[in-house]
Formats: sequence, C-alpha cells, structure tokens
Amino acid sequence: MTDIAAPPQGARRFGLSSAEAQARLRRRHAAEARFRAYGIGAIALAAIFLVVLIGDVIVKAMPAFTEYRLTMTVTPTLEQVSSDGTTDPQALRSGDYDAVLRRGLQELFPQVTTRALRRKLNNDLLSSGAAMTLRNRVLADPSAIGQPVTIEALLDDAADLYLKGLMTGRRESVGQGQAQVTLDGEDVVLTSSAPDFARALAEVKESLREEAAADRREAARLTAAAADVAGDQREALQKRIADLEGDAAAAEARAAAADAPERLTADLPSKLVFINGGIVKLTEIGASEARGTVLVPLANTDAVTAGGWDILTLTQPEANRRLDDQVVAWLEDLKQRGMVASHFASRFFTSGDSREPEQAGILGALIGSALTMLVTLVLCLPIGVGAAVYLEEFAPKNRLTDLIEVNINNLAAVPSIVFGLLGLAMFLNFFGLPRSAPLVGGLVLALLVLPTIIIASRAALKSVPPSIREAALGIGASHQQAVFHHVLPLAMPGIMTGTIIGMAHALGETAPLLLIGMVAFIVDVPGSITDAATALPVQIYLWSDLPEPLFQAKTAAAILVLLAFLFIMNGLAILLRRRFERRW
Amino acid sequence: MVSLFFLLIVAVALAAFAFGRSRGRAFVGGGARLHSLPVYHGLFLATLCVLPMLVVLAAWTPVAPRYVEARTLAALPAELAPQTTLEKEGRLREARLVALGQFAGTPDAGTTVAAGAYAGARTEAEVTLLVLGLAGAAAGFVFGRRRLAPDFRARNSFEHVTKVVLIACSGVAILTTVGIVFSVLFETLRFFARYPWYDFLFGLQWSPQTAIRADQVGQSGTFGAVPLFAGTTLIMLIAMMVAGPVGLFAAIYMSEYATPRVRAVAKPVLEVLAGIPTVVFGFFAALTVAPFIKNVGESLGLSVASESALAAGLVMGVMIIPFVSSLSDDVINAVPQSLRDGSYGMGATRSETIKRVVLPAALPGIVSALMLAISRAVGETMIVVMAAGLAGNLTFNPLEAVTTVTVQIKTLLVGDQEFDSAKTLSAFALGFVLFFFTLALNIIALRIVRKYREQYD
Repeated sequence: MTDIAAPPQGARRFGLSSAEAQARLRRRHAAEARFRAYGIGAIALAAIFLVVLIGDVIVKAMPAFTEYRLTMTVTPTLEQVSSDGTTDPQALRSGDYDAVLRRGLQELFPQVTTRALRRKLNNDLLSSGAAMTLRNRVLADPSAIGQPVTIEALLDDAADLYLKGLMTGRRESVGQGQAQVTLDGEDVVLTSSAPDFARALAEVKESLREEAAADRREAARLTAAAADVAGDQREALQKRIADLEGDAAAAEARAAAADAPERLTADLPSKLVFINGGIVKLTEIGASEARGTVLVPLANTDAVTAGGWDILTLTQPEANRRLDDQVVAWLEDLKQRGMVASHFASRFFTSGDSREPEQAGILGALIGSALTMLVTLVLCLPIGVGAAVYLEEFAPKNRLTDLIEVNINNLAAVPSIVFGLLGLAMFLNFFGLPRSAPLVGGLVLALLVLPTIIIASRAALKSVPPSIREAALGIGASHQQAVFHHVLPLAMPGIMTGTIIGMAHALGETAPLLLIGMVAFIVDVPGSITDAATALPVQIYLWSDLPEPLFQAKTAAAILVLLAFLFIMNGLAILLRRRFERRW
Repeated sequence: MVSLFFLLIVAVALAAFAFGRSRGRAFVGGGARLHSLPVYHGLFLATLCVLPMLVVLAAWTPVAPRYVEARTLAALPAELAPQTTLEKEGRLREARLVALGQFAGTPDAGTTVAAGAYAGARTEAEVTLLVLGLAGAAAGFVFGRRRLAPDFRARNSFEHVTKVVLIACSGVAILTTVGIVFSVLFETLRFFARYPWYDFLFGLQWSPQTAIRADQVGQSGTFGAVPLFAGTTLIMLIAMMVAGPVGLFAAIYMSEYATPRVRAVAKPVLEVLAGIPTVVFGFFAALTVAPFIKNVGESLGLSVASESALAAGLVMGVMIIPFVSSLSDDVINAVPQSLRDGSYGMGATRSETIKRVVLPAALPGIVSALMLAISRAVGETMIVVMAAGLAGNLTFNPLEAVTTVTVQIKTLLVGDQEFDSAKTLSAFALGFVLFFFTLALNIIALRIVRKYREQYD
C-alpha cells in the first residue's frame, strides 16, 4: 500500500530554479498578461464605439433643437389676409399672408429697391412656415387685422444654418488703424492707417496657395485613377487633370506676387467690412486700400477710429454655399439690430414631416409608431401568453408540440425583412389591407416579436414552483383554474418584462415597415390605425437620405428621441424585474 | 367600420356574459345545486356569441375589398374600362377619394360613376358584415341559452373552448412559418416560370431594370444573383472579422477574468449596444464611418467608394459583437468547473487553461454562436441599405461599393410596383434564398448546441 510509483525511465526533470525555467515562467506570464489585455481591449473597443456613436449622434443632433426666429412687426390689412373682404375664418384661411410678410421685410430694409434684390429678400430670408405662424395668429384673433402685430417669423434653413455657424467658418478681426471711406461711383474705397488690408491680402494669398495645393492633390489622385481606365474616359480624365494643373499654376503665380492686388471672386473666401452702420463687401484688395460694393448702406462716410470697424471673413467661398453674401449681410445687420434670436425648437416635437427642413417635425412619426405599437401589443401579448401557457402547462409531449417549439425557435432567428415579405404578400396583396397603415405594421411586428414574448413568458411560467399549482389542485381547482388564478398572476412580472423588451425591439425595427409601404412622405399626423402613417425609425431612414444639413441634424435628433424611448422601456423592464421578481 | 364591429363584439360579449351569469344566479336562487359557478355560465354564453362574430369578420376581411373593387370597375362605362393594372389602380384610388370627399380637383365622368358604385358597394359590404355578424351571435345565443341548466357543465365546456383558443395561439407560430414559406414560395415559382432558375443562381450580372416601353432596347433585365451573394458574403466576412475576435475575447474576459465590479460596467455596455436599433447603426455607418474611411483611404492614395463595403461591414461587425459575446458567454460558462480545476492543478496558467481546455470544450457552442451571428449578418437590412451600394459589382475589394441580397429586396419592393413584373418577383426569389439560407444555418447551429449540451448535463 505504500508503494510509490518509480519515475518512468528517461523522464526529463524540470528544475524550478534554473535560469532556463525562470525564463520559461516569465514567457508564460507574459503570454498570460497579453491574453488578458486582449480581453480588456475587446471590451474597451465595444465601449469606445458606443461612446463615439452616441457622442456623434448628440453632437449632430444639437442644431435641430434650436431655431432662429426674426422678431418683426407687420400690419396685416383686410384686403391682404381675406380672400373676399370678410373676417370669415374660411376666407381668412386662404388669405395672402406672404404679402404681409413681404411688406414687413420691405420696411426693415427700405433701401432695397431693385426687383432682383427684393426677390432675394422675400425668398431667401424667411421660411414658408412664417406665413403659417402669422395666419394662425390672425385666425386666433381676427381683431388684429389692421393693427401692428409682432410675430416671431421662422428663418429659412440656410439662414438658420448660417447663424448657427454650420454653413461657413467666420473670422472677425477688429480694424487696427483709422479707416477712411470714399465713394467712387457705386463702389466704396477704404483705406486704413494700419496694415489691416495688407494682412487681409496676405490671407487671400494664403487661400490661393491652399486652393492650388488642393488642385494638385486632386490631379495626382486622378492621375493614379487614369492609369486604370482606357479610351474616352481616360481622355476626359486627362483633360480634367490638365485643367487642374493649369488652375493650380495660375493660383500659385498669383500667390507668389506678394503685393499685387487681388480681386475677390466667388471662389475665394468673402470679406465683409462693418463700418459706419453699414456692410461693405470687398471686391478688390490692395496692400493699402480696398474697394468694395455696399450690401447694407452706410450711415455716413466719416472717418472711423481704430477699433470702430471690423473685417469679417467667411471662410467658405460664396460659390460653395447656399447663402450669398447679400443675405449674409442682411442677417448680420438684423443680428446687430437684435432682431434675430435663437429659440428652443418646440416645432420639432409638435409638427409632422415637411419638405422644408426647418419645418419638419417628428410628431407624425411618433403617433404612427405609437399606433403601430398599440396594434402590436394588443395582438402579441394575448397570443404570446396564450401560446406560452399552452406549451408550458397543458401541451402533451408529442410530435405537434415539438414542431411548434422548433418553429418558435427558428422564427426568432428569421431576418426581419422576411417578415416584411410576409406582410406584403399576405396582408397587403392577399387580405387587401391598406398600404402604409399602422394596422399592417402592427400585425407584421406582432408576428416578429411573438417568439420573444413566448420564450420569455415560458421562462416566467417555468419559474413558478410546482407547489403553487399543486396546492390549488389539492383544494379542488380545475387545471385551468390553477393556472389562470394562481400560476399566471405570479408569472406576470416576468411576462411583462419580456413583453417590454419585445416591444422595445419592435419599436426600433425598420426593415419590415419599409416593405409594407410605411415609407411614404406623409405630412398629416395619422388619426387611426388605417390611416397612412410612418414610424419613428422609418422617419430616421427617410431623413438620413436627404441632402440638406438641417435634415441630417433632425435625423440625429430623431435618433435621440428613439433612443430615449428605448432607454425608458428597458429601464422600466429592469425596474419591474428588480421590484417584483421573486426567488422561490 | 371594422372598429365599430369590434365595439359591437365587446358589447355583445358583455351582454351575453351578464345574461348567462344572471341565469346561473337565478338557478341558485331557485334552490338548485349548480355544477358550475354562475360566472362560467356567463363566460360560456359570451364565448358562443363572440366566436361566430369573429369567424364572420375573418371571412369578410379578405372578401369585401375584392367585392367592392369588382363592383366599382364593373360600373365604369365600357369605353373607360381600364386596360392596365396601373390604370385600374389609379381609377380605384380616385373613386375612393371621391367617395370619401377627399378628392382635390374635379373628377371626370367615369370616376364619378365609379365613385357612386364604390360607395354603394361599400355600404352593402358593411351591412352584410353587420347582418351576418349579428345573425351568428344570435344563433350562438339561442343555442347556448337552451343548454344552460343547473346541472349543465358550463365550466368544462368553457375550459374546452379556452383550450382550443390556447392551442390556436400556439398554432400562430406554425401559421407564421407556413405563411412565410408560401408567400415567398409562390412568388418565387412565378418568377422561375419567367426566368430560368440556373441563370438566377449562377448568373454573373444583376441589372433588374426592365423595359418600361416595349420598344426600348437593352433593357430586358438580367437577374444573375451571384454579385449579390458575393457582396453579401464580403460584408458578412468583414463583419465577422470584427465581431468574431472582439465578441469572443469579450466573452472570455467576462466569464473568466472579470471581477464583479468590471462585469457590472461591461455587461450594460454590451447590452446597450445590443439594444440600439439597426437604423441608428446605419446612420452612423453612412454619415460618419463611410466618409471617415473615404478620407483616410484617399489620404493614403487609395480610391475608396463613398459607399464602401468596409464601412458597412465594420459597423455591422460592431452590431453583432454583443450577439457573439452573449452566446459565447453562455457556452463558456457551461463548461464544468472541474475541467478548469484539473488544468490549474497541473500548473497551467489561466490563459493556458482557457486556450487548451475551456475553448476546446466549448468549441461546438462557439461554432454555433458564430453561425447564428453569420445568419444575423446575412439577414441584416438597414445598415447595408443605408451604407452599402446599389449596383451589383462582382468584386472582393472591400473599398468598392457592393450590394447585398437584403438591399435589393428593399430596393425592388419599396415604392410603386406592378405586382406582376419579373423585377418584383425576383425580390421574392431573393427572399426565398435568404429565408432558407438563414433557416439552414439556424437549424444546424441549434443542432450543434443541443448535441454539445448532452455531453455535460
């Protein structure tokens, strides 16, 4: 019994203290540390991605939560706002409120007289929603007709973006010397006692150099691309490359001549000079003087002391932005007069979709989602719980129930777009249900989340101990009474948690809704489950496709709203679990 | 109208319940000994009244719109009878709008006539629904009332109905599968009747644009799906290259190394990631990741498509990380502790134990987790719709734009479509391929899991 197995012949002996063994151990420990670092790295990567994703959405969403409005006083007259000269609401509804706003703008800028400028003033400054605001105001209080009315008119999206600083970079520099203003026909000539204009000229030369460098980079890229193509395409590319090289050479030549005056064309950054209460757009800069056109008239041509005038540089060239220098000058003028200000954009939450980015809101999508979720909940909660109760409590172990179980597990993994195909072929084409309706969306989503709810409900039912069931049966309850009166109520918190998680999943689902036509552009807020509607995630998809920057901001803002709802729902599920879950 | 009918159902149910229960109570008052509680008499009667109404509604829903449509079209004068599907749908839409008083403008004579017929047929259909529904309810009521008696086994009858309803609820899962199979199968067969299946499965060119006019040339539409399968595979591979290692390492760290404090932070991170809707990932891929990759690529002198497969694949990979990690976490935790203890007892370090003992033991489970993740990546729609391209390029260069099966299904089916063109039907053929591919992956994965579990339980 005390035999100790002799070491097998030829076995290697490992010394634990030899240098070789120490080195081996160090290697193994290093491998251990590396392996552990990979794990930490993996989790850190996921966390970083999450932070970047949410941070990116928040940053992109910010501009959508504010809007700039112009506080203006207008006087609506009866003949303008009423189509038949009475204050009948029907007549007031079809009045020409744009005319009232046009006159109001005219009063703000009385010096604008030419047709082209007037059209620009009328079209580029205010949103078409401003007339709506005025109309609602007049409809609410017809006695305001003929009286001065102060309204907050929504600005057009381009103007709004400019004021939010998203359209172009702005650089302001205060004039260092004493400025002299001389009129020269239509133009204004400015001189300064300090080298203000020399510095401005140097900036222009710098942008020329940058432009030349960008052209050269593009040419190099195209040269590389041209190697891969042949024939006509290649010829076109080579012509384009030659043009780019020519442009770059010309720009470099201009930049090299340090003191030569420059004309500020539309493809160079704009420079606006604020002086004597007016705004001058520089057209030509020399080392000591600058020449420009007047965008907002000057009060006088007196000399101005150092610090009393500014040069504003708009880094995005006029040719590359939607708002030209004239409108920028008007906006700057209004800002100085304190008439435009930023407000919270409550419109985003209270209006439906619109083609105009500044007027678009998510109310329609929210209501559409709510109606869809209502249909989904009404359908999938009873069916899901019913199926779970049957499978868990009553089903005999046979082929059919096995088939059902396999089915449920497989349905849980079917791609969501396939449910869209089902909705399209079955509900729309076979049953003839209305397209784009929350009813059909809810039906499809109900089928989609049904497996989730069944699986969660079964788990909840299974966790109720058999003693409850047995006690009920023991005092004479029928099997169904035991289940419906005792087991099901105890399983309810778990079922509710599973349902909420399933509904959160349904709320974020997009693909099946696309196929059943909930992607239409719908302005009206849906009133019933058979009206055409869209849903929040679909609205996000639709807006993300649009080119306007403000729509992108609204997309991000809509995402934040969606995420907020999901967090609330998941939080509620966690709360329910913490509060009511019982460990038996 | 249908909502009104639902209200009617509720009202009938309540009335029948109240009547049945009062009958039951009356029996008790009469001194009789009841077999079932009065409540069950009420429930029994209510069920008998409601069931016929639901049956009538279910039969009416698919039939009524067809009837209304046929009557509307029949009312049109012969010279205005629509020739094409498009014309027919336009006419019906106008007639509906005129009938509802929502038509902007003045309808022409044909539409006015059709609108009259539409309104008439609609009223007829609604009256039919009401009459049939109420008749059914009345029949159920009469039948049930006659059976109510003190010794009537109302509870057993009601429980019998309940059981049937419960079975029907579980049957919905089977019905859904059958519905999916049939809805894609029929359209797919119709597609293959027009377009040979081998050209679809093995053709190298995908250009689904069909001729709008008969005299157009070069617009016949070819449906070779190989570029789509290649694009789907490319994006799936990129996604799995991200999700596989990251998800697996995250799972290993969470189950083998993490202290409870770390787990309390890391687990919610992965759960939040799993809860973010795919449309949000799509937005991020299209507006942030794709331009970033394009800029980086171009500064390195590469030509990168603005809808590169790389952007869609990377973001999709991140989306799948929690999926891989939670499934792998489960299988790693299922490896018995005794195996680990044995390995530690031999002097192995933790990482050696994981690499040589835990992972080989969990391998079948991990393989099935990766297969489920692949099926998820292949079926994912919104990320690729927003961030991948539309043109079917047959390429494996991740910097170029490729398209996927799901993108094409969405593109072919969104917007106005005529339901009878090869273009529309091809989307169902793609859906068919997608459904059976993912189904096969899932079944295999679940088999592997089940087989593996039996070893240790």
